Amino acid sequence: MENLASTFEYAPAPESRSVVDIAPSYGLFIDGEFAEAADGKVFKSVSPATEEVLAEVAQAGQADVDRAVKAARKAFEKWSALPGAERAKYLFRIARIIQERSRELAVLETLDNGKPIKETRDADLPLVAAHFFYYAGWADKLGHAGFGPNPQPLGVAGQVIPWNFPLLMLAWKIAPALATGNTVVLKPAETTPLSALFFADICRQAGLPKGVVNILPGYGDTGAALTAHPDVNKVAFTGSTAVGKEIARTLAGTDKKLTLELGGKGANIVFDDAPIDQAVEGIVTGIFFNQGQVCCAGSRLLVQESIQEELLDSLKRRLSTLRLGDPLDKNTDIGAINSAEQLARITALAETGEAEGAERWSAPCELPTSGYWFAPTLFTNVTQAHTVARDEIFGPVLSVLTFRTPEEAVAKANNTQYGLSAGIWTEKGSRILAVANKLRAGVVWANTFNKFDPTSPFGGYKESGFGREGGRHGLEAYLDV
Amino acid sequence: MPTTTPPPGKAALTGTPLADVTASAATLRRFLHGLPGVDAVGLEARAASLGTRSIKTTAKAYAIDLAISMIDLTTLEGADTAGKVRALGAKAVHPDPTDRTTPRTAAVCVYPDMVATAKEAVAGSDVKVASVATAFPAGRAALGVKLADVRDAVAAGADEIDMVIDRGAFLAGDYMKVYEEIVAVKEASAQARLKVIFETGELSTYDNIRRASWIGMLAGADFIKTSTGKVGVNATPANTLLMLEAVRDFRAQTGVQVGVKPAGGIRTTKDAVKFLVLVNETAGADWLDNHWFRFGASSLLNDLLMQRQKLATGRYSGPDYVTVD
Repeated sequence: MENLASTFEYAPAPESRSVVDIAPSYGLFIDGEFAEAADGKVFKSVSPATEEVLAEVAQAGQADVDRAVKAARKAFEKWSALPGAERAKYLFRIARIIQERSRELAVLETLDNGKPIKETRDADLPLVAAHFFYYAGWADKLGHAGFGPNPQPLGVAGQVIPWNFPLLMLAWKIAPALATGNTVVLKPAETTPLSALFFADICRQAGLPKGVVNILPGYGDTGAALTAHPDVNKVAFTGSTAVGKEIARTLAGTDKKLTLELGGKGANIVFDDAPIDQAVEGIVTGIFFNQGQVCCAGSRLLVQESIQEELLDSLKRRLSTLRLGDPLDKNTDIGAINSAEQLARITALAETGEAEGAERWSAPCELPTSGYWFAPTLFTNVTQAHTVARDEIFGPVLSVLTFRTPEEAVAKANNTQYGLSAGIWTEKGSRILAVANKLRAGVVWANTFNKFDPTSPFGGYKESGFGREGGRHGLEAYLDV
Repeated sequence: MPTTTPPPGKAALTGTPLADVTASAATLRRFLHGLPGVDAVGLEARAASLGTRSIKTTAKAYAIDLAISMIDLTTLEGADTAGKVRALGAKAVHPDPTDRTTPRTAAVCVYPDMVATAKEAVAGSDVKVASVATAFPAGRAALGVKLADVRDAVAAGADEIDMVIDRGAFLAGDYMKVYEEIVAVKEASAQARLKVIFETGELSTYDNIRRASWIGMLAGADFIKTSTGKVGVNATPANTLLMLEAVRDFRAQTGVQVGVKPAGGIRTTKDAVKFLVLVNETAGADWLDNHWFRFGASSLLNDLLMQRQKLATGRYSGPDYVTVD
């Protein structure tokens, strides 16, 4: 044959940055207008892949929270009185605009969050639009949702979202709130405020009445001020269990309705009769999707001892093909860690794993010199007693444990303070049903992992939180029932 | 059909964990049914996800040349004539008459009675002549007839034999019959490399395709091949990905490397590049060579040539700037 190079090197295939126009500075979005913070405070949002400053963003303080809640309260009267079909029109319009602007939003999200464009393009953005479409459909059918003939909204919802899926978490919060007739004040995470501010622009583009959606970028104190605000009727929080507990304490004794979606330490259980090649893909998706910065990540691999060696060989071979690097490159599988702080946390927990005697293996890949990066890593020889088997790492670190029998698998899977997600891999349908029934986790995937759909409720057991988002169940959190 | 001398495939497996798998119909069946199952949704999702790789500029140029060099340029029609086969041979040797740096195709693939003509047409080049045989495409003939078909093609100078398996026997669960037939054909093929066609569209399930792949490899196939191109569903990214996993696993267990040939339905450069990505990220770089991976195709070549010209000149030329054969 012709003398061809012996390796197939993929040339860089970067998505164009020019599809998104990031302004040098952004204000708070209150009552349909962008405004500076009352005390003039700002903070910077950086790209975690390059540490480049993307924009300066106004930082909301107590006075801004007051103003935003007031605007939302004022808007609530008319918004909640609209017929459901009218509210649906706005939501459908927002969904369509998101689809139209999805390339721009995907690039923006990748820049601000560090996750690969492949994910923002193929997972985040399609799910965001789907979520708005789905809840738009419910807006005029609330009387048929199983919460009485004419369920009423709660009022003003104070919502605080995390940085791992900035726009998707916004959609999970805002779509059901608006569909049910509530108005919202939402605080995006301090490391990823930009897509929420672009969403504010989309609200204006859709002609959404002023004050129905208010966006207040800021740090934890902004979130605390919002959730504690006396005129907020409903608090929805997605984030760490520690902050969730703090919010629960703040809200104790008030009549505010609360839903919390917190941490997780999901077990991905692989039985000896599993479809091995697909299980390997599911393990990869389970823990390396979004660099493992996923609350429902399958961060504990529970593998039947009889196939441990075979499975780990396959897994390591597969991990060696992961492409880590420029998140804007369409061929990148693993992007950057969201912040220096998160990278430090992951690094510290991985060091604890080594110190406690677990065996560390990292995929052989070169890490870029600037930005925040962590190579896909797995720990073997892990037992239930290891920190890496108990604490949520929220990074690309997989702990591998073994089991001998289905009973042991279930016992180990449930032996955690969390209960958000779990996966079962077996070709035996009866085993899937039997094991799923015994797992105390809000979502149990069978022969797949990290599959999301707006029609499916999502939420946790135990310290993973309470309340459900998504599906018909997701309406309940925003209705006075 | 028991053989007196150990079949080439079997000899290679001596001393490996697979040595006794084909000792009896029962052991073979137990082995095949003990292979890990295939989750269809997961397999197709993985194939689709690899299909989103973005292959540009230098990578695309590499992939196009590699794909051209991997084509088994095929004509398998009742209407085939010596003239048609000569034209195909000339095209295989010089795919693009305006650019002699264009790689040759790996082979031309014809019916057995056209092998001699094809050999003449590619004489002096390293283009191989592959012949379908064994009562292609249905394979519904007595074993003696199939073997005569093979010997005839080999005698006429075929470098490679593309056989079809007995899908009826496979679907009836008679795996040993399928195995022994491949062993017999392998023997009749002598020095010619043997490609074993499963007709995946007729096997229908991915579990069946995985089992057929292992039967073929155990029996000494040099290549496992998806399809004849004569049924509704031919090569797909998913069934090819599955077969690439099979050859990867087989080499890991035995040290024996087996090639893969998707055939039928691959018509565009974009498709071909997706298959090469599957090879690269599943079986690995060792298979990125026309000794180990082939495309069974005809119209694919012209699309690759047009894309090659586009990369070289920066503009699309059009179908009149490649030869119609």
